[in-house]
Amino acid sequence: MSQIQETHGDVSSLVDAAAEADASSRKLSIWERLLQDKSVVIGGSIMAFMVLLSIMAPLLGTMDPSEIDPTYRNKTPGFEKVWTDEDDKEQSWAFRMGTDTLGRDTYSRVIYGTQVSLIVGITVAALSISLGLVIGMFAGYIRWLDGLVMRVMDGLMAIPGILLAIALVSLSSAGLDTVILAITIPEVPRVVRLVRSIVLSIREEPYVEAAISTGTRLHLILYRHVLPNTVAPLIVQGTYIVASAILVEAILSFLGAGIPPEIPTWGNIMAEGRVLFRIFPHNILFPGIFLAITVLAVNMLGDGLRDTLDPRLEKRT
Amino acid sequence: MYSFFIRRVLATIPVLGMVAIFVFFMLRMTPGDPAAVLAGDNGTPQQIEEIRESLGLNEPIPIQLGIYLADILRGDLGQSYFFKRDVTELIGLRVEPTLALASTTLILTILVAVPLGVIAAFRRGTWLDRGVMGFSVLGFSIPIFVLGYILMYVFAMELKMFPVQGYKSIFEGFGPFIHRLVLPSIALSVIYIALIARITRASVLEVLGEDYIRTAYAKGLPRRVVLMKHALRNAAIPIVTVIGIGVALLIGGVVVTESVFNIPGLGRLTVDAVLGRDYPTIQALILVFSFTYVFINLMVDLTYTLLDPRIRY
Amino acid sequence: MSAENSEEPVLQVRGLSVELPKGTDRTYAVEEISYEVRPREIVCLVGESGSGKSVSAFSVMGLLPEGQLTAVAGEVLLQGENILEASEERLRALRCTRMSMIFQEPMTALNPVMTCGDQIDEVLDYHTDMGQAERRAKILDIMEQVRLPDPEKMIDAYPHQLSGGQRQRIMIAMALVLDPVLLIADEPTTALDVTTQAQILKLIKELQTDHGTGVLFITHDFGVVAEIADRVAVMQWGRIVEFGTREDVLSRPREAYTQMLISSVPSMTPRKRGGVTDAKPVLRTRDLNMVYGSSGFLRRDRKVHAAKDVSIEVRRGETLGVVGESGSGKSTVARCIARLIDPTSGEIFIDDDDIARLGVGKLRSHRRRTQIIFQDPYRSLNPRRRIGDSIIEGPTNYGTSVAEAFERARELMALVNLDPNSLDRYPHQFSGGQRQRICIARALAMEPELLIADEAVSALDVSVQAQVLELLDDIREKLDLAMLFITHDLRVAAQVCDRLAVMSKGEVVEYGPAGEIFNNPQHEYTRELFAAAPGRDWEFGKFVA
Repeated sequence: MSQIQETHGDVSSLVDAAAEADASSRKLSIWERLLQDKSVVIGGSIMAFMVLLSIMAPLLGTMDPSEIDPTYRNKTPGFEKVWTDEDDKEQSWAFRMGTDTLGRDTYSRVIYGTQVSLIVGITVAALSISLGLVIGMFAGYIRWLDGLVMRVMDGLMAIPGILLAIALVSLSSAGLDTVILAITIPEVPRVVRLVRSIVLSIREEPYVEAAISTGTRLHLILYRHVLPNTVAPLIVQGTYIVASAILVEAILSFLGAGIPPEIPTWGNIMAEGRVLFRIFPHNILFPGIFLAITVLAVNMLGDGLRDTLDPRLEKRT
Repeated sequence: MYSFFIRRVLATIPVLGMVAIFVFFMLRMTPGDPAAVLAGDNGTPQQIEEIRESLGLNEPIPIQLGIYLADILRGDLGQSYFFKRDVTELIGLRVEPTLALASTTLILTILVAVPLGVIAAFRRGTWLDRGVMGFSVLGFSIPIFVLGYILMYVFAMELKMFPVQGYKSIFEGFGPFIHRLVLPSIALSVIYIALIARITRASVLEVLGEDYIRTAYAKGLPRRVVLMKHALRNAAIPIVTVIGIGVALLIGGVVVTESVFNIPGLGRLTVDAVLGRDYPTIQALILVFSFTYVFINLMVDLTYTLLDPRIRY
Repeated sequence: MSAENSEEPVLQVRGLSVELPKGTDRTYAVEEISYEVRPREIVCLVGESGSGKSVSAFSVMGLLPEGQLTAVAGEVLLQGENILEASEERLRALRCTRMSMIFQEPMTALNPVMTCGDQIDEVLDYHTDMGQAERRAKILDIMEQVRLPDPEKMIDAYPHQLSGGQRQRIMIAMALVLDPVLLIADEPTTALDVTTQAQILKLIKELQTDHGTGVLFITHDFGVVAEIADRVAVMQWGRIVEFGTREDVLSRPREAYTQMLISSVPSMTPRKRGGVTDAKPVLRTRDLNMVYGSSGFLRRDRKVHAAKDVSIEVRRGETLGVVGESGSGKSTVARCIARLIDPTSGEIFIDDDDIARLGVGKLRSHRRRTQIIFQDPYRSLNPRRRIGDSIIEGPTNYGTSVAEAFERARELMALVNLDPNSLDRYPHQFSGGQRQRICIARALAMEPELLIADEAVSALDVSVQAQVLELLDDIREKLDLAMLFITHDLRVAAQVCDRLAVMSKGEVVEYGPAGEIFNNPQHEYTRELFAAAPGRDWEFGKFVA
């Protein structure tokens, strides 16, 4: 028999037609399908672990992440600090990931850094999705607005995202809120485009035309017929935004243009470790690994969500 | 055809205008007094006034905008506070390393990513495909600077195969020039390769589902011919498009890579300008990078006409 | 003619079974099917969607998608050689030299970035040792044979520069250039307009006679069967239920299924109807125009006059059919009247109100008087909403209470012959024909005066089509509705229309009582259209005992 892998329109649609008849009885719920997807399970578990880590940071054998101790500067991972307390008892503290040039415990800083990364990632995704959804819906449905909005979005998209974020941060006083806003703005046009393209294709659907001819008002058409179609693609897109926001935040901090250096973020720890990288690579290595694993997990989750919720997304973007 | 070229070129003007206006308002719309922000936390009232004067912030906004746009058109991007010289001149001095790094990265990316994506599509579902896709997800997730430092640590410091950091101009000899670009180019290209390999795979797979591929098989052509002759060329447009769009990633990555590898290009200049709150320089760099980006994508669009006879607009 | 044809068959399919992927509702796509094709004969495989006719054709070419469909039993003998056991290499060598295939969609079956000449050349280059000049001569020759105008120019043309009919001719040229003994045609005219279809059918028939090719022709259209078949195999649910000569199968079908199918084919003879009434027109359009297109800076004007001075009227209780080929503007007219698009100029009177220019607000109170049913039953209902919610959406928009609207929806479900208790189900739980009934119920919930059916039965299988047509006609009569019926299918039009408007290139070229037009078409285009209808001389459903 032929060894052709690729499906051929007619035959595969025929298989679909045959399979469709009893689709209802065999249809798995969304949750069941998600749990069958390896990427979703692995990515999701790592993410859950990271969230747990960030919430439980104070309980995980950490010390104050910004406590400076000049006597223990630049210690390698595993170094033990030994001292006697007021009761003349000998105490010890192991710097599991070493210390930085100011003598701060890298382990504690990395664990606390999880908080900032997750907050930035999730907030940026939520903000850019909501903004993009509103703008995209209006642009897709109001013709005169469309041209104007899309010109503005084209202009925004022409500025490379990281560059725009760097510039925005450099203009305002550095802080968590500024950084979040600066990362959000370059993401918005992409969401707008996605939402607009969905709106434009859905409004051509006969069921929307049927709703129009039965006298359904615009806001109800958007709410009942258009909005539900944006949910799956936006969940997927939102996940990818989480990943890219975490990365961009780390890059900004690393370049010294992000969150103030005393706040422990993975980017800040690495920025701190740059100078003495040749001798003490651990300050870059450990936060780097955490960062990479987190972003990898979010990306895997995104891929899995796309495959299960919205298989056509790859084509659309 | 001819009119398509002209229209496509003209269509970039509003985009460029939009970019310029954004950059203009970015400074003016920041909360508080922009001059005070630029002067930094230790700025004296006198310094603030000087900055205000030099930026023309005392004029009404429309006049400021007019002056600003006219200056751009004349190629005058202002004076750098930090480096105390013409920004245009400053950019001219720093452009070579960035161009060199971007070009080697682009070449490396295309040479690696397209074949990877094609192979993954042809061998869909095999370990090879899974390997390429796995690499692609990984490539998207490793921050450039972490990768840069790992490469530096392994290949420069431990194995001593390459210089740790720095840049040598091509005019000082091709050998040393390329030797110093190997690690930065690899670090910079990984995310780009991940992107292009992925889109190549997806486009080729999509084309393989088309009716004309079935026709080609029905003609009795062997698989190899069907893939190379029929599938690849039809998959080219989305691939080329994403190569163009991916230049944005490349530009963002240049800023980081140049910092990690200590390359005195425009990316480093950007970081220095940001840290020095050298606003005219930041503004100019954004314009230069964005204009380049728009220009590259214009070139990409124009190649469509070569790839697809249907495009005649 | 097949009776005297006793030569060795070029194709013999014996007991072929093809397995469907696991988890599908049936095990086999085709099950133990047997048929044969002799030289110089056309065998039609006919059946409704999902009957397995395409699968059986693809198995012959060895083109079944791997991993999804597998031939598990039987043999496929091409001149005695079992294709199912042939190596991949052997199969390749046979394709286009001994067996060729043409497909349904001429628009997508050709590679868009290669010239037509190169695509034919590939066949010669790969399968023969001919030199370049010789190949070119051969290509020009075959292009001549398939009656492509100006082959010298066509050879360098890209597919997008050709019409659908021309592209299908290129496909045929490609398939026949090496004189195969077997040609498989998978619904090759389904995507084409009726006049083009007639030309392509004629071409296939002629070439097949000249070259002595055996043809396996897959179709769902009994008109086409009547037009070209020597022998016919009728398929249902993966099995061949009947195989015999055209005359036997069409006039003396043995099986109940075949009889039912053939009886469902609408007749070309217009049905005697109540006669044209002189009731008050519900809809009148006067000089309706719709111009699409943009003109822009440095851009050629691309204006399409989709509807040109269309003036029609529909009276209460009667059906006006608008017939025409694709691009004739018939759907544009329907969409203007439903005000889904805004007409460029002209007047649309519903009763005495001109709604052509009304703004969104004022239009709303008139919306419920006109309702429309669309072609695609799979996209006409929001897949995420229960069908009950879809049906009551309209009435509740105009202030009917939900409870009342639901009560009415139950009555309507009964009216369209569906279970009133299934209102809380989702669209995917219904078949195409059932969904179309739901759409009718949704339209009726608005209590419209004018019902527009825009190709509303075109996507349905012939047996389902007959039922939905009957329902529509019933409802029109019961509720005394005015109906505007848009269709490309003359057979359908002959059965349900009182009056007819024939459209071509945006204009109504003939307009009058349906019976008169069918019996005595005046306009040249109308005559051409009727002459092109496949199997027009065949009276389906009049069986001989």
